[in-house]
Amino acid sequence: MKCTRCRAKAEVELRAHNAGFCRPCYLFYFRRQVERAIAAERMFTHDERLLVAVSGGKDSLALWDVLAECGYATTGLYLGLGIGAYSARSHEKALKFAEQRELELRVVTLEEEGPGLAIPDVAAATRRVPCSACGTMKRHFFDTAALAGGFEVLVTGHNLDDEAARLMGNVLRWQRDHLARQRPVLPATHPKFVRKVKPLYLISEYETAVYAFMRGIDYIVEECPNAVGATQLLYKDVLNRLEHASPGTKQAFVQEFFRSGQPAFAAVENEEPQVCGQCGMPAYGTLCSFCRLVRQVEARRSPPGAAAPA
Amino acid sequence: MRVHLHPQRRTVEVQGRRRVGQLLTELGILPGTAMVIRGEFLLTEGEVLEDVDEVEIRAVISGGTG
Repeated sequence: MKCTRCRAKAEVELRAHNAGFCRPCYLFYFRRQVERAIAAERMFTHDERLLVAVSGGKDSLALWDVLAECGYATTGLYLGLGIGAYSARSHEKALKFAEQRELELRVVTLEEEGPGLAIPDVAAATRRVPCSACGTMKRHFFDTAALAGGFEVLVTGHNLDDEAARLMGNVLRWQRDHLARQRPVLPATHPKFVRKVKPLYLISEYETAVYAFMRGIDYIVEECPNAVGATQLLYKDVLNRLEHASPGTKQAFVQEFFRSGQPAFAAVENEEPQVCGQCGMPAYGTLCSFCRLVRQVEARRSPPGAAAPA
Repeated sequence: MRVHLHPQRRTVEVQGRRRVGQLLTELGILPGTAMVIRGEFLLTEGEVLEDVDEVEIRAVISGGTG
């Protein structure tokens, strides 16, 4: 197979784009895809300070690499989830990446927050699925870190496969409020929220993995032990089978939703956030989902007969 | 040929010349869900593998939620 751009021997084939690329042309193609998404969705400018959520995985590190190469003002944020050796290794990868490129990395460790909020402990105390507790924690600590650090934008490495799987889950249950909020750019709807953006939303996991490999990025290859059996992985598998039979399906599913479907849901689901009575962050109810979770943890850990935490 | 599967950390021996796409099919792996790596380079589905080759198949799917 030959490179679509320069006719040299191709190293990677992208069936969804009916294209093949050699290494230099692929790196050019990938950066251009990211830059196009940023420009098309008006995600941010070179004058804004970006907080990039990094996990040590391929997507977030590939994204941080591109943004830094493009000259954006980036700071990384690593959230230590407290998932044993997996978290230790992912922290090490994020730290090494930042050190090699002389980029600033901020670290929040969940074991040291509140009553001790390591994901396995929270999941056990609340009997929630670990991925669900993890999502709530990430949203809260990403928001508070962006606000405390004075950043204008929070950037995450959600890719096409993540967005397609999330969309499939939301559609299968017709979760209208979730569908209304699923978009590549989430504007700051409250003074304590910053803009949230996903520059990789039309780039597949395979493409980010190839970019990371070609750039020599040392990322964590192993899967989070808590993700085994996760519903999102089932959706990804189904979508990959559809994609194999009909290349381009995932992109069409996500792109057409953002173009046609999402605005319709957003038009009718426009609830404004209130203020959490506990932490003061935006909330859809008297408490935000993070504080509700923390209360559950505290209640389960309190000895019988002890007064409930304030 | 020797095939290292990641992140499973498993190695399998496969006998006989074949294309990368055929190897993936035999191992039950969908193209686009894993990179096939020989040395410092990636391989496309049409590349031919020989008995003496040693390759890594690295899955690219990650997730849970959030």
